[in-house]
Amino acid sequence: MARTITLTVNGAKVTREVESRTLLVQFLREHLELTGTHIGCDTSQCGACVVHVDGRSVKSCTMLAVQADGAAVTTIEGLAAADGTLHPMQAAFREHHGLQCGFCTPGMVMSAIDLAQTHPTLTETAVREGLEGNICRCTGYHNIVKAVLAGAEAMAGRAEAAE
Amino acid sequence: MAHPDGIGARVRRREDLRFLTGRGTYTDDINRPGQVHAWILRSPYAHARITAIDTTAAAAAPGVLAIFTGADLAADKVNGLPCGWLIHSKDGSPMKEPPHPALAQGKVRHVGDQVAVVIAETRSQARDAAELITVDYDDLPAVVSSVAALKPDAPLLHDEAPGNLCYDWHLGDLAATEAAFAHAAHVVTLDVVNNRLVPNAMEPRAAIGEYDRTGGDYTLYTTSQNPHVIRLLMGAFVLGIPEHKLRVVAPDVGGGFGSKIYHYAEEAIVTWAAKKVGRPIKWTAERSESFLSDAHGRDHVTHAELALDANGKFLGLKVSTVANLGAYLSTFSTSIPTYLYATLLAGQYTTPAIYAEVKAVFTNTVPVDAYRGAGRPEACYLIERLVDVAAREIGIDKVELRRRNLIPASAMPYQTPVALQYDSGDYVRNLDLALPLIDYAGFPARKAEAAARGKLRGIGFATYIEACGIAPSNVAGALGARAGLYESAEVRFHPTGSVTLFTGSHSHGQSHETTFAQLVAERFGIPIDNVEIVHGDTAKVPFGMGTYGSRSLAVGGSAIVKAMDKVEAKAKKIAAHMLEAAASDIEVKEGKFTVAGTDKSLSIAEIALSAYVPHNFPLDELEPGLDEQAFYDPKNFTFPNGCHICEVEIDPDTGVTKVVNFVAADDFGRVINPMVVEGQVHGGIVQGIGQALHENCVYDPESGQLITGSYMDYCMPRADDVPSFTLAYHEEAPCTHNPLGVKGCGEAGTIGGSAAVMNAVVDALAEFGITHLDMPASPERVWQAIRAQRKAA
Ligand code: FES
Ligand code: FES
Repeated sequence: MARTITLTVNGAKVTREVESRTLLVQFLREHLELTGTHIGCDTSQCGACVVHVDGRSVKSCTMLAVQADGAAVTTIEGLAAADGTLHPMQAAFREHHGLQCGFCTPGMVMSAIDLAQTHPTLTETAVREGLEGNICRCTGYHNIVKAVLAGAEAMAGRAEAAE
Repeated sequence: MAHPDGIGARVRRREDLRFLTGRGTYTDDINRPGQVHAWILRSPYAHARITAIDTTAAAAAPGVLAIFTGADLAADKVNGLPCGWLIHSKDGSPMKEPPHPALAQGKVRHVGDQVAVVIAETRSQARDAAELITVDYDDLPAVVSSVAALKPDAPLLHDEAPGNLCYDWHLGDLAATEAAFAHAAHVVTLDVVNNRLVPNAMEPRAAIGEYDRTGGDYTLYTTSQNPHVIRLLMGAFVLGIPEHKLRVVAPDVGGGFGSKIYHYAEEAIVTWAAKKVGRPIKWTAERSESFLSDAHGRDHVTHAELALDANGKFLGLKVSTVANLGAYLSTFSTSIPTYLYATLLAGQYTTPAIYAEVKAVFTNTVPVDAYRGAGRPEACYLIERLVDVAAREIGIDKVELRRRNLIPASAMPYQTPVALQYDSGDYVRNLDLALPLIDYAGFPARKAEAAARGKLRGIGFATYIEACGIAPSNVAGALGARAGLYESAEVRFHPTGSVTLFTGSHSHGQSHETTFAQLVAERFGIPIDNVEIVHGDTAKVPFGMGTYGSRSLAVGGSAIVKAMDKVEAKAKKIAAHMLEAAASDIEVKEGKFTVAGTDKSLSIAEIALSAYVPHNFPLDELEPGLDEQAFYDPKNFTFPNGCHICEVEIDPDTGVTKVVNFVAADDFGRVINPMVVEGQVHGGIVQGIGQALHENCVYDPESGQLITGSYMDYCMPRADDVPSFTLAYHEEAPCTHNPLGVKGCGEAGTIGGSAAVMNAVVDALAEFGITHLDMPASPERVWQAIRAQRKAA
């Protein structure tokens, strides 16, 4: 059964007709061509598909598109500033070589931002536990942990500067 | 002045920007105009005869364009998938090579075997329709373990392979080895299972086939580590499409670890069907399909004996391995348990006599092929476990026992008794580098402190050799390789002095866009941003063997150097003409071409411009253009090596093992970008830890069903399963036979990793009298082992 949904994706309002079985990740990838959000599994285990829905990280393979009706969704494509300046978490991943093949990266970055936003102070252990739902096969996590700690610090700095 | 982005600089990656902003282009991100979708119907049985397939209902389902089965492929004379390495058995007979059809021909041989393909407007429609296909199966008994498959009454997979035996191969001098055992003061024996693994690159495999009627051209987009190899295998052997009519593109690829080397059925199916249906066809695996169709890794069962003299010097090693090849021969499967395994059994030690025999066996499981390390982790694990067992039985400190047997740097080049000749290496230096980093001297105190907390602490060592850049082509050819093992490169200077580098290597995480550009930028003294790397497209890159076996820098990088040499030679001639000097008087330094003893000089950009605006070139002597191509065929393997030390803590009440410290001291020859190399080592180590503690591919022995078919059951190492690592490397023993002195680093962590972890686990459990444990040392296994010993006591 098709249904019409309206949501805000990366700041822009979109209205589309979707099948009721369409997953949010399919909607993003196939209807909106936002292919930065990836699919790495079919059991909601890998985190390659993490996006933000109303500011919180969500595995977009676990949510139907119709459930996101009315929500604000941010994907990896929506993080950098309009002039191309990277979000501090994106910049930290680059600085600390937190990615290799790049496939897990969008989900990692989105999860990491949520983690930083919800934890005023992050430790290595908290990062490792917080990223438990995101699998990376390439990096061995070492540099991802470094990147997330640095990115969180940069985000906190930016938040302070804004206050 | 050193180039800021040259060799040795920690240049941040150029590929990151697109990956970090969601602009990577992986195969499934590509959509071709008019594209439709394929769904593969797979066998639910491990072993069965297909008596009938009824597609009537499915064909009538919404959106369905076509359904094909094995009969359709056979009618079109589509061949099976080829195997790239011919092994000969001890008796000289060639290995058994049964057909490997892209879609089943009358029989299925593993759960997940391809039975039919449905092409429909959408993926959901194709999938829904596939459920309407009725296949009548006559279920046959299945066998999943290699040892069971060799039993006389085992179910037979292929009529062509009696006893399920593909080959019975051997290497080394049996008489010399037996003589060594006859004189031994000590003989230690060990039986090990090297557990089957599923590679699990995070990007599932995908393929898009396309056919252009106007020119009769095919294009295949695929998740491949080596698009040219796929073009050759699929074009020449499976579909009969000449190379100039077949373009293979491997765009951004989300990890490979070996599993994306091989030519898979789905690639041939979508390419062939694209012509039949007249539309581009996309297929993307779901993760459950990846588990059932990506080539698996490892799966060895081995008995080994090590002979030592009274001082602990190794005298001889005897190894007998049964290797599981799965149901069919994957592309390079046959070379893994032979030339990439048995040839590594000397490891870093002076063992003078080695004999290995390997039986390779068909079973009703997914085909097995190279997975990161491929044969070398199996060899390293076996040797290093044996060394630890020997140290314990004889009562020599395990570091001391290793020291007594390490090949000294002064013995290089060193000919092993198992065919390889190591060109360089300083193994003692690695050990000396690693020991202080782990604080070996402080270990007893740490063990006591852990014991006070009720925890068992263990320390484990592994020294390893990683033979990389398998080569040279003539030797590999004589050993049965059906492919060359060179690499190609083309360095194209543009008129404005920027460069496009075409490489036959393929990057799926290895950072070539950065490290290869470093080579070019430094050599010609140009900004790194002026260098563009092109790879992964047979229409653009002249040729290539791709990326696997840590060969990209050692072989692909050397091809780049060779092409740069040619560019420089040509540029010298142009400079000589422009500066009115003899070419022999032109000196080149950091991209400046200077007439010796003068201040007359030109930059490469000035020369490039002139090369393309050759207004006054003496055309009979000097050709316009500055664009050179090279093929590099290595003289030998390279031999990265290192020493890995792991410290674990085990909770005896739960059996949970925690890696608390891991040190890797490695020799990769010259290092181009330390940041990238460290990243490769980190990732490798975690795959090693994964094999040792977490990952295990399990089949039900009766039904042949894959029990660990998803991330719910197959335990992937996650961020909170592993620690941060301490790494060190030295560059004191560069490779002696390639122009960069590089050795490769891609598999090191995986090779040393699992052995170091398991030695640490067994060390921690030593007080219970436990002498060996098979991988993975899962909490349950550890807990059971402790319990069994406690009961016995
Ligand atoms: S694709 Fe969503 S968790 Fe794996
Ligand atoms: S960078 Fe490849 S999976 Fe994480």
